[in-house]
Amino acid sequence: MKILMKGNEAICDAAIKAGCRAFFGYPITPQNEIPEYMAAKLADSGGVFVQAESEVAAINMVYGAAAAGVRVMTSSSSPGIALKQEGVSYLVGADLPCVIVSVSRSGPGLGGILPAQSDYFQATRGGGNGDYYLPVYAPFSIQEAMNLVVKAFDVADEYRTPVMVLLDGMLGQMMEPCMLPEIKASNYDNSWAANGNSGKRPRNTITSLNLKGEGLEAMNIRRFKTYDTIKEKEIMVDNRVQDGDEVAIVAYGTPARIALNAIEMLKEQGIKAGLVRPVTLWPFPYDTFQNLTSSVKRVVVCELSMGQMIDDVKIGLAGKLPVSFYGRTGGMIFEPEEVAAYVKSCI
Amino acid sequence: MSKVVYEKSRGLTDNPLSYCPGCAHGIIHKIVADTLTSLDVLERTIAIAPVGCSVMAYEFYNCDGIQAGHGRAPAVATGVKRTNPDKIVFTYQGDGDLAAIGAAEIVHAAHRGENITVIFVNNAIYGMTGGQMAPTTLIDMKTSTSPKGRAEAGTGKPLLVSEMLAQIPSVAYIERVSIHDVPNINKTKKAVKKAFQNQIDGKGFSMVEILSTCPIGWNKTPSASLKFIETNMVPYFPLGVFADSPAKEVAE
Repeated sequence: MKILMKGNEAICDAAIKAGCRAFFGYPITPQNEIPEYMAAKLADSGGVFVQAESEVAAINMVYGAAAAGVRVMTSSSSPGIALKQEGVSYLVGADLPCVIVSVSRSGPGLGGILPAQSDYFQATRGGGNGDYYLPVYAPFSIQEAMNLVVKAFDVADEYRTPVMVLLDGMLGQMMEPCMLPEIKASNYDNSWAANGNSGKRPRNTITSLNLKGEGLEAMNIRRFKTYDTIKEKEIMVDNRVQDGDEVAIVAYGTPARIALNAIEMLKEQGIKAGLVRPVTLWPFPYDTFQNLTSSVKRVVVCELSMGQMIDDVKIGLAGKLPVSFYGRTGGMIFEPEEVAAYVKSCI
Repeated sequence: MSKVVYEKSRGLTDNPLSYCPGCAHGIIHKIVADTLTSLDVLERTIAIAPVGCSVMAYEFYNCDGIQAGHGRAPAVATGVKRTNPDKIVFTYQGDGDLAAIGAAEIVHAAHRGENITVIFVNNAIYGMTGGQMAPTTLIDMKTSTSPKGRAEAGTGKPLLVSEMLAQIPSVAYIERVSIHDVPNINKTKKAVKKAFQNQIDGKGFSMVEILSTCPIGWNKTPSASLKFIETNMVPYFPLGVFADSPAKEVAE
């Protein structure tokens, strides 16, 4: 049965159903419903909720719970995610799984609390030190957010990596009818965890420290081989471009829905356009852009930023087609009419 | 028949210690390791190592271990203990780690009354990075970042961590001890044991601050360093119990 749920709360229900046993967070708008909901619901289902003293502490609590082999989640928003980057780098370095929900607002600095997508680089390139990436999922509906949160836990455990689910503030705040996804029994291995069972097995240690150059290089190369597998198996893209479309509009998250409306408007004006919606922002669906149907003559990237994902689109296209950009920033959200008018002006 | 009067603790691995000759970390490791074995909790203990000289402590304690970011050990310990309340979790932190970069994490682990044990090794200096000034560096003490000696103007007086944390309503036990001679080593053993027994009994946040040496950073011989604790450290950092609460409600 479908129920009407707010994005931030739906995420929590999905996480709990996926087996999340612990949540550590810190208040920041526009994601406060997540820790609030977890404070009530997770504790009721026998899990652990702690409101940390800072985002830095919260992500390090996540590190501790993950090191002890527990399914764990945190959430935050742009300046808070910035503070968490130290811990994210340590989680990667120690090969620890966790789910990080980022409900992005506008920046830089304290910026504003209105929705934005100016943290694409923050999500996909990170700010922590070292050679690393993490899978980033960008849902465009609350149902998809729920499904991807469940998937994020599985991917985190399978590849022993932090996974981010990136929402713009709109998706976190709006309500939609949705259903709790079916959960398949996940049998993930956590025999590596440092949870004090050393009487039954050799002792386990969790660390990102490796003072020998050869050792650290080997660890990094091994991690990038895992990244190759993730790129091979986990890329998700919603490509709605059809033969005959002359423009491909690229957008992710809520702006993809605005783009769909714009595409309908363009159709009425005799302009054929189709949507490419990357669902994984890392790994990015580069191949999709090499394999766009031959009728496409131009690519238009629409983001709620000054242009960040456009860099990945350009890498994917490798000069094959002209690329234009339409964006609003600072929390301003484009209307379908604006997008349609811009696309029209490009042709 | 010969009788064993001294042996290596079962609580320590065979890995060679990474500490400088004459450093007192070895003494403190042995005390903690012996305590874990005598309380019979080694198999269910998780050691949280800091950043600092004891960054590789997880290699030395013969139990599960986690290396934490600089200053973050109390937050990491919170994550482990809350999800594994039946396990024994301790952090082992130096004064740079605990009193400077990790000040927020230690204050709030104490504030929440986390049922963990904190071994705080205070040798008044950043050892691993080459002897820089710490919040606990004594006035007039020369370090690589206070080359003329620490001056109160601009750097303040040494931070009295135990006294500060003892003000927090939710702490269970805080004691400052020293390892500068045998009677004090014996007092340290008692304090460490109590700090772990408190955790077993669910009493909450327990910390032992242990005054220790850094012969290399202090530019002193090991024996002169021990003497320096007695003559210079103890007068400023008084030994004793600063908090010792009866059993209380503990977060699980």
